[in-house]
Amino acid sequence: MENTTAPATLVTADGTPLKASLQRALRQRRRQAFMLVLPLLVFIFVLFIMPIATMLTRSVDNPEVNSILPRTVIALQSWDETTGELPSEEVFKTIAAEFVAGSQPGKKVINKVGKRLNYELPGMSSLFRTSTRKIRRMKTGPYREKMINIKIVGKRWADVATWRLLKREGDPVTASYFLSAMDMRVDSKGEIKSKPVDNQIYKFLFVRTFLMSIGITFMTILLGYPIAYLLATLPMRHAALLMILVLLPFWTSLLVRTSAWMVLLGNEGVINDLLVWAGFLGDKSRLALINNRTGTFVAMTHILLPFMILPLYSVMKTIPPSYMRAARSMGATQLRAHIKVYFPLTLTGIGAGTLLVFILAIGYYITPELVGGQSGVFISNQIAGKFDSGNWGLASALGAILFVFVLLLYAVYDKIIGIDKMKLG
Amino acid sequence: MVGSSSGEPMVRFKGVQKSYDGEILVVKDLNLDIAPGEFVTMLGPSGSGKTTCLMMLAGFEPATHGEIYLNGEPINNVPPHKRGIGMVFQNYALFPHMTVAENLAFPLEVRGMNKADQQAKVKRALEMVELPEMGGRRPAQLSGGQQQRVAVARALVFDPQLILMDEPLGALDKQLREQMQYEIKHIHESLGVTVVYVTHDQAEALTMSDRIAVFDDGIIQQISSPDVLYEKPDTSFVAQFIGENNKLGGTIEKVQKDGTCVVKLSTGDMVKAKGVNIGEVGSRTTMSLRPERVTINPKAKSVPNIVEGTIAELIYLGDHIRTRMTVADSDEFIVKIPNAYGHAALKEGSKVKVGWETEDCRALDPL
Repeated sequence: MENTTAPATLVTADGTPLKASLQRALRQRRRQAFMLVLPLLVFIFVLFIMPIATMLTRSVDNPEVNSILPRTVIALQSWDETTGELPSEEVFKTIAAEFVAGSQPGKKVINKVGKRLNYELPGMSSLFRTSTRKIRRMKTGPYREKMINIKIVGKRWADVATWRLLKREGDPVTASYFLSAMDMRVDSKGEIKSKPVDNQIYKFLFVRTFLMSIGITFMTILLGYPIAYLLATLPMRHAALLMILVLLPFWTSLLVRTSAWMVLLGNEGVINDLLVWAGFLGDKSRLALINNRTGTFVAMTHILLPFMILPLYSVMKTIPPSYMRAARSMGATQLRAHIKVYFPLTLTGIGAGTLLVFILAIGYYITPELVGGQSGVFISNQIAGKFDSGNWGLASALGAILFVFVLLLYAVYDKIIGIDKMKLG
Repeated sequence: MVGSSSGEPMVRFKGVQKSYDGEILVVKDLNLDIAPGEFVTMLGPSGSGKTTCLMMLAGFEPATHGEIYLNGEPINNVPPHKRGIGMVFQNYALFPHMTVAENLAFPLEVRGMNKADQQAKVKRALEMVELPEMGGRRPAQLSGGQQQRVAVARALVFDPQLILMDEPLGALDKQLREQMQYEIKHIHESLGVTVVYVTHDQAEALTMSDRIAVFDDGIIQQISSPDVLYEKPDTSFVAQFIGENNKLGGTIEKVQKDGTCVVKLSTGDMVKAKGVNIGEVGSRTTMSLRPERVTINPKAKSVPNIVEGTIAELIYLGDHIRTRMTVADSDEFIVKIPNAYGHAALKEGSKVKVGWETEDCRALDPL
């Protein structure tokens, strides 16, 4: 085909290029299609993309010091925090003026800075509250001396660490929420260190969330595989009934299902009562099945089971029974045929179910909250707690870590099995 | 209904019945012997019980009653994997997660054969089906015909004496199907294995089989070699199912000592037919007559049976002209007129005489 020149542009009968004509003909259809999906796009953008973006921003956003004490931040730039000396009188004067400006009646914003800094260094909140009252009464300097001499809390102003913190958190973008989320902190010398083991909560909670989610996922495979197999192989009539039994929990409110487990597992619950009645347990030695890890494990396994069964079922449904028959006719026992032929063909289903159940599990909130007690709560309960207490930055950082982990999982799944092979119900 | 060779039959169905729901018998009293090395086809419309028979032989369905013997041993309680029967399935059932070579090695592996022997056997099997280079591919990368060959190779690779094939060519196009028919037939001849083949395609059955068992309604209607089945059908169903057939209804007037009977057609004409499967005088019968055995405008007295018919339709097919006529109670009476020199020029709507030999017209059970 070397000698053929580039083909002349094809044109329609009236001379317009064919491609342009085709574009125009298709434009109408494309516009219609776009209009149809527009509501969904808006919905996804407003309720999905924006909140996630906001959350990711919040996890590094650090406006308090920078916007409420702007002149102090500038003044601190010329202070060398490595010398161990306190900032000059000029800095104290600036911050005192900004304390006054930030505590005008009707727009008391200075306490926000105290609260923010308190996340990093306990005691900062009370320092700011007390100092505000005292500084407002100071008419003249020297501010440095007067502030240091404020009763009880004043000595914090003589501590270089306070000023280092102020200077560091003057940056409008901070990594300190992420550091906290990973149980790390910047010490008074400005180095990143792990928190003392006794103070580490999040790392521990992340690990617990992952380990329990792995356990729950494994349990759903164990319980769901035989059910999915039955569903796929039973005659239509029986399979339909079984399917309804599988889907029934799906149609029941999550809260109702969790409450049902509270009734079953409680100290005075059905299972304990039965065991005591049957004489397996003494009345004094009832099993602690709820408000601990067991409660979370049992209830979540039950609630997430359909998410394992449905992808498995949809994959198993596509495996013709003749595969097993072929394997049997060639001399394989039932067990061997299952292991060698059937099981490998269901791996995509197991993968899809695992991904689905695991991702749902690590983000689970309601069930651990209701039946998890102290030892059975997940990281999401901690995130919710941080939101409640107003520390949105830390909550966002914890959420972002979870989010990134889920994306990583997704990418790994895509690499190994392929997202396009995923079948859900 | 005894196998063509002497000695012990390879497969024996003895009084086998099968019901799935306890209400309807899908297979009613099956008795069948298959000799070693035979190619027997179970032919019948869907729902006639032929596949069920195959599944009982393979061990996937238990017989409700009766006994199946393999090499003289009853196998009702032998699980499928211990029967040592090779099987080719309708949609090949090649394992999609294994390569072609792994598929072929599967039956050898479960028998605990060592790797070197496995490879040698797989190689030989692939050469037999003329796919020596395909061992590393996945089944999905093969064409339908190639998959079919692999399926045959896999059923043969562990040297079973008996191969079952369940409509193995159903998914192929016509040309490929015909080619595969010959290949399977050649493999059967060269290896000397016994084949039980299930199909609903009568042309396929005629091409390949030593004997054909025609199934209908859970019963073997007739089991014979292809030529006997075509030329001497025992029942109207077989006559109708195998090849093209003209059927004429009538009442038996007289039965002669040599088996010939006189039948009165709906027009009142009397014709003679060979009585094969008839009741007493006065009962109804359906006569079967192959289109190619009918002559148009026979000379008077040249054939014993001559009746008049009306030409309804002429279809030009090149080598012959297919003539649809109305004769007595049949308006689907087909005559094939060879497009030879000086053949009769016919017109639609005209009346012509048709004639046939008494031997060619078989009086069977009424339809």
